[in-house]
Amino acid sequence: MIVSLFYKCKTYRRKFWFAAISILLIVLSTSPVHADDLIMVRSTQAFPEAMTNLQHTIINRGYQLIRVQRVDIGLTASGFKTDKYRLVFFGDKYMVEELPNKYPELIPYLPLKIVIYAEEDQTLILGMNPVNLEKYYPDNPELARAFNQWKKDLESILHEAQKDED
Amino acid sequence: MKSTMFDLVKNCFILTICLLCFGSRFALATYPEPDGKKLYDLHCSACHGENGRGGVGVPLALPDFLNTASDQYLQKTIRLGRPGRIMPAFTSLRNEQISAIVQFIHTWSDTTPTQYPETPVQGDRHKGAQLYSKHCAACHGNNGEGGHGTGVTYSRPRDLPIIAPALRNAGFLAAASDQMIKATLIKGRKNTPMPSFLKQGLVEKDINDLVSYIRSFEKTVQQGRDKPVEQQAKPTLVYESSYSFEETVENLKGAAIGANFRIIREQYFNEGLAEPGKEDKQKKIVYFCNFNTLNQALAIDSRVGLFLPCRITVVKHKGKVLVMSINPKLLSNFFNNSELDRLCQQMYETYLAILEETTL
Repeated sequence: MIVSLFYKCKTYRRKFWFAAISILLIVLSTSPVHADDLIMVRSTQAFPEAMTNLQHTIINRGYQLIRVQRVDIGLTASGFKTDKYRLVFFGDKYMVEELPNKYPELIPYLPLKIVIYAEEDQTLILGMNPVNLEKYYPDNPELARAFNQWKKDLESILHEAQKDED
Repeated sequence: MKSTMFDLVKNCFILTICLLCFGSRFALATYPEPDGKKLYDLHCSACHGENGRGGVGVPLALPDFLNTASDQYLQKTIRLGRPGRIMPAFTSLRNEQISAIVQFIHTWSDTTPTQYPETPVQGDRHKGAQLYSKHCAACHGNNGEGGHGTGVTYSRPRDLPIIAPALRNAGFLAAASDQMIKATLIKGRKNTPMPSFLKQGLVEKDINDLVSYIRSFEKTVQQGRDKPVEQQAKPTLVYESSYSFEETVENLKGAAIGANFRIIREQYFNEGLAEPGKEDKQKKIVYFCNFNTLNQALAIDSRVGLFLPCRITVVKHKGKVLVMSINPKLLSNFFNNSELDRLCQQMYETYLAILEETTL
């Protein structure tokens, strides 16, 4: 297609600029882009401190903390060494009220969720990269913007929450 | 004509400047001096621990591991990962960045990394198969599929303090040379269940046979995960219900209970965000759980909370009642864990059965 468009350019000048812009676009589009499927950090803080830190960070980032779900019923009884495993749901009105009315099929993925659990005296914190959903909505700049913003926010929240407050 | 030539020269000049600008931007952005510790902290420490003590990932700061792991082995492991065994392939890291991470990992050991000759080990793989069944299969699996679960036992129950690596794995076989496998079998790894097989009574010829057998896995190894990743899978499973919104919610609860789940919570979708009493009554989430499946999933991969709790949402949208859930097969793709793939296939079928039962 690019070749046929090239031949449609009537003057040398147009051909030149078409070729130049095409080369630039190709160079830019093949630049390495890496999207991690899971965004994950390790905090050296113990679980209670990391949990408090995470909740503050979510609020400071402009989101509302919606709910904290325990996933530890019967864990220790089943032989697990930790019962400190929580899911933290958070969002804002745009995420939970506006977008779902336009795109109801997104509802099962909303509000966003962060998993936090203890691993010995440290804490693991992770979330799914929302950009993973982008490929299912091609040519949708509104959702692309939302997914990328959520990814950015999620990364910031996790990296902030990872920091030792001391 | 003169003007056209002048324009072309002018354009060439402008283009050269543009390319130089882009080039320098890329050069600055893409090739900073790699800092192994920073890269390790960013890409590895969440799983392997900040000091290499392990966690979701296996421990790296074991002297015997670092003594036997060559630079090449570590580099290839980072680059190729372990398909289906959690360790992802870091395809976007540059070779210098990977080398910097490997150099950093080696700072945990006092010894110089071993370099192995490329010479293949010659042995009898049929005899090796017999030895493998007797000495290795209990930990590494009858078919070299490796131990179950993830990393080390910090938070989860497991019969061994460290997961036994999968040997029939494209990433492992590409990374580990014959001589490195042989050295590992001879020396073993202290502080792990891997013994020295010389001390277990084997002789060098037996070890050569074992290496030959392990290398023969290459003929049958799957290059990817043991289940094709469904790239085209839709992210959401959606069924339309012919019942009213309220009836559909009741049907859903009945269907979940019928599939051996307990209803653990029922709430409006925007509850917790909307003012109490002003929630959207046209969107309701039903959470349910089967604790055996939950524990099974957590034992396979502790990060599986991203799926939890099981949830189906009923939504009234443009006059239609829709029942919807995540697609577990899609989420499973993000974990690079074949064991989890199998569980997610089961969950996918369970979700479909509940959705069908609800809307039937």
